[in-house]
Amino acid sequence: MTHSSSTADLPPLPQDDRSPVSGKAVRPGDRIFLGLSRGSGIALLVIMAAIAVFLTYRSVLAISGDKANFFTTLDWNATGTDPKFGIAVLAFGTVVSSVIAMLIAVPVAVGIALFISHYAPRKLASPLGYVIDLLAAVPSIIYGLWGALFLVPHLSGLYGWLDDYLGWTGIFSYSQGAARSLFTVGILLAIMILPIVTSVSREVFLQVPRMHEEAALALGATRWEVIRMSVLPFGRSGVISASMLGLGRALGETMAVATVLSPSFLINASLLDPGGGTFAQNIASKFSEADQFGQDALIASGLVLFVITLLVNGAARLIIARRKEYSGAAA
Amino acid sequence: MAKRIDVSGLSAYYGSHKAIDDISMTVEPRSVTAFIGPSGCGKSTFLRTLNRMHEVTPGGRVEGKVMLDAENLYGSGVDPVAVRRTVGMVFQRPNPFPTMSIFDNVAAGLRLNGSYKKTELKDIVEKSLKGANLWNEVKDRLNKPGSGLSGGQQQRLCIARAIAVEPQVLLMDEPCSALDPISTLAIEDLIGELKERFTIVIVTHNMQQAARVSDRTAFFNLAAVGQPGKLIEIDETERIFSNPSVQATEDYISGRFG
Repeated sequence: MTHSSSTADLPPLPQDDRSPVSGKAVRPGDRIFLGLSRGSGIALLVIMAAIAVFLTYRSVLAISGDKANFFTTLDWNATGTDPKFGIAVLAFGTVVSSVIAMLIAVPVAVGIALFISHYAPRKLASPLGYVIDLLAAVPSIIYGLWGALFLVPHLSGLYGWLDDYLGWTGIFSYSQGAARSLFTVGILLAIMILPIVTSVSREVFLQVPRMHEEAALALGATRWEVIRMSVLPFGRSGVISASMLGLGRALGETMAVATVLSPSFLINASLLDPGGGTFAQNIASKFSEADQFGQDALIASGLVLFVITLLVNGAARLIIARRKEYSGAAA
Repeated sequence: MAKRIDVSGLSAYYGSHKAIDDISMTVEPRSVTAFIGPSGCGKSTFLRTLNRMHEVTPGGRVEGKVMLDAENLYGSGVDPVAVRRTVGMVFQRPNPFPTMSIFDNVAAGLRLNGSYKKTELKDIVEKSLKGANLWNEVKDRLNKPGSGLSGGQQQRLCIARAIAVEPQVLLMDEPCSALDPISTLAIEDLIGELKERFTIVIVTHNMQQAARVSDRTAFFNLAAVGQPGKLIEIDETERIFSNPSVQATEDYISGRFG
């Protein structure tokens, strides 16, 4: 029996008087899948709404019980009959440490990404990219331990030097203590967000169309000029997105900050002196010992962090959208 | 403003693969020279050796000499970046800088080369856009992005960008293959005007185009796939299309190729 005659061996098709196009309009498989996907979508919305209602409800309880201004008070005393607490220190500490982290990490990350995508020989580029990605896999408590045991003792020398030359600014004054300060936290956060900013930027830079780079080359652009004329403009929105991912992590980082920072409820003009606090660090260090009302107060501070993150992301989207007309995607 | 190109014994490689073999020819100043030939025959590769763009491709390597008047572009003291400022190039697909306005696109090469006063820059941009027959279409929207123009307009913008820096030679790599017939006609007319000022080399797959725009035509061919491309002959365009001296050229032009 040869292969080509196999159709002859099939059983005869059942005779059917029905029209060849008759049948149910919707098959059961479609219906089940529709139900599953619609259900998942609804479940997500319900969970989101539940979380929002819960957070807002508990926050309102806390804020209405607060005997001091929730936004400006420099204290966190959420127990007893006269609770007084405010987020000013936490907001300051969170924003300042994240800004320091961004100022350090973004230029370095863009530099590394450009080196990998446009300068490094191929043999070096892929191992380097791999090592960067590996940095992202280190748990944050490990960063925290490294920060507390290595970074803190080794930074006091640098801070002393900064104090000698820039101490007059007030921001960089330093009174010889352990360097468990917001600036140290910023440096540590910078190292932690470096991998995500680098790898997203690198991917974007690698996607720059060859023809845009050749356009610059053919005009007599040097390698740096090609990067300035073609690569950076094309990658701009991608770098902003990458930075926002990094910023999101920096704003919400808990364990590493809690391990390194020596917290206090003071806003200190000097970034090098110990003290200050962040939202996530404050919640982590107080939550286990807090009573019901204390927990509500911490939840309220978490809600503020959530709103800050939302605002930052919205601002980034605005920046990207404003330049859409000029983006590479329109070409 | 226009120089003669004298190529001798030029071969180009991609890694160990030889793409073109031992090419020698002369390109006359203030004229249009067309390169024709089947796909893969190395005509685009050869074009890219004339402004040292071939070597930016990973593994790209060139042997031989390209004399621009008295200067060897592959000589030891020659900066490839400087070569590309002297020998301009227009690509197959229009590639204006998407993040730049029409004005900035034309000014891009000038800003690389040095500092100009604002009024100088404006004059040169206007002159270049007029030279590319684009001025009347864009003069009211110079600050709009170049990517908002039609394909044919974008290609003329790229030509304006290339001629703004007053190159000696203008290389065009199938400049009309992504354009409709009307835009193609506009570019062909433009080439006719530009040859008064520049030495022009154009790669084209369209033989009617070669016949219409060029003064001299070079035919490239390859023996088989994987073999390096060779220059079969170069002659007056009229002669190539009426009475070529090599049988292979006649076969290709009359469609008896392959």
